[in-house]
Amino acid sequence: MNKVAVLGAGTTRFMRRSLETGREMCWEAAQAALDDAGMTLDDIDCVVLGTAPDAFDGVHMKGEYLLDGAGAKGKPYTRVYVGGGTGVFMVPAGWWHVASGAFRTCLVLAEEKMSSTQPHPQGAFNAIYDPFTERPLGVNLLWIFSLEMNRYMQTYGIPVETIAKVAVKNKKNAKDHPASQVAGDFSVDEIVNSEVMAYPVMRLMVSPVTDGAAAMVLANEDFAKKKGGKHVWVDGVGWNLDTSYWTNRDLAYPQYVENAAKMAFKMAGIKDPRKEIHVVEPYDPFAYKELHHLEGLQLADKGEAPKRLEEGFWDRDTTTGIPASPSGGLLGVGNPIAAAGLMKAIEIYLQLAGKAGARQIKRSAQRGMAQAWGDLMQVGTVMIMGVEK
Amino acid sequence: MSAMNTELRGTSLREADIREGRALVTEWHPKALYKFDAGIAVGQFLDGLKEGKLLGRKCNASGRVVIPPRMFCEISFQRSDEWVQLANTGTVNTFSVSFVNWDASRRETPQVPAVVDIDGTNPNMGILHLLGEVGETLDEVLQRVKVGMAVEAVWKPAEQREGAITDILYFRPVGGG
Repeated sequence: MNKVAVLGAGTTRFMRRSLETGREMCWEAAQAALDDAGMTLDDIDCVVLGTAPDAFDGVHMKGEYLLDGAGAKGKPYTRVYVGGGTGVFMVPAGWWHVASGAFRTCLVLAEEKMSSTQPHPQGAFNAIYDPFTERPLGVNLLWIFSLEMNRYMQTYGIPVETIAKVAVKNKKNAKDHPASQVAGDFSVDEIVNSEVMAYPVMRLMVSPVTDGAAAMVLANEDFAKKKGGKHVWVDGVGWNLDTSYWTNRDLAYPQYVENAAKMAFKMAGIKDPRKEIHVVEPYDPFAYKELHHLEGLQLADKGEAPKRLEEGFWDRDTTTGIPASPSGGLLGVGNPIAAAGLMKAIEIYLQLAGKAGARQIKRSAQRGMAQAWGDLMQVGTVMIMGVEK
Repeated sequence: MSAMNTELRGTSLREADIREGRALVTEWHPKALYKFDAGIAVGQFLDGLKEGKLLGRKCNASGRVVIPPRMFCEISFQRSDEWVQLANTGTVNTFSVSFVNWDASRRETPQVPAVVDIDGTNPNMGILHLLGEVGETLDEVLQRVKVGMAVEAVWKPAEQREGAITDILYFRPVGGG
């Protein structure tokens, strides 16, 4: 397999509602990534696009609709989609295009325009539930997350105040991210006492509805070396799906995230992730998910991620722990679904390249990982990047 | 130099920009209609509900009894073997107290969705349903409902059942709320 380097990345701002169309946002993100890489569209051999359900934009075959803004006219073009897991999955998908030797370079692009759906994009999610055994009960999207969160809390005796600290941390980290939609300083009390949406999920423990796009440029070793300089490399990728019968699973532990992480560790030659991973962007659409995922990623024992949180182990400024969501995550920067996942992968690239500015972590980092999750709470997507020493 | 640390592009709109005509939008009101086929497994499951029975499906190769039922087992990847009538009881695997409707509008009285592990199946073999007779406020529900508590199905009267998951009105604590 060919080695794959990250040559550049960019995003739009993340906004509750953008004036720009999905195509226009794609173009802005693609252009930002190409500028960052010092490349033009002529250097791009293929394009991979990720975007969530067509129902959000109200445009069938959204991949084709977005093609022009994605820079894919007249190029090999693929849309990949695994629900909320799509954004991080963009890196494995771009990676296999280049690692296979089929292409020198790949532009990966993720877009979401959730604001089009009326009255609220949550309605579009109801179609993920079974039409016979679930939908007639009057389902909404928050149910599955609040059910999973409660199972996680009950299994390990985790107080809701501890989980709220993920929202405090990430919203604070996001104050330094230029794309941020919902950054700010909040107290644990403010989070816990925000509106009860579906107990134990409160409003400030949920990521917002967002429009936005993100892009990354990948290239093979030959291409990267010709450009010169020190590069960040894709060292490992992993993905895994569990059953769609979500009520038949262990809701306290994301086994599929473990499986995806182990696939990526093996590829990257990582034996002891807690020593060899120095920065992590776990998927945080809900506050509890960050902790749930850190355990699935093998960075904490089952039920122990909340204790590490209390100790400051996941703080951005830690010198002895592993900073988690230094970007500010979905809870702070925002959640344009596919673009949010790719934003998290981009954060790992920026941290390893030393280009994260005010968000730069204090400890040294040679290896980092990002992870996303989605569909019916059943997919784990993982990517690991490393920098040349 | 990273593009990420320069001014990012994107024009943020507020609802007022649309209401007051500063940003142009158009609306589309699709009417999407579907008829779903129940299939073999769920079709028989629904027939069972009409008769007031919860049916599971057994796979001899994996040794599992599953609900909702399927005609194949995703673990052994064999055709499953037989129908099993399950008890009308189970335990609360997890629950939520929901104040939000599907369209994000709010509700005064919460719904209490739960995953109920049905007795006679394998561990973690639950279905999604609602709990009832457990209170009208968050505090009342949190007082009465515990993970691991035993619950029983409350059925619609036989003549009103139509072969739907809603033939079970809800699950309630065994012995009343």
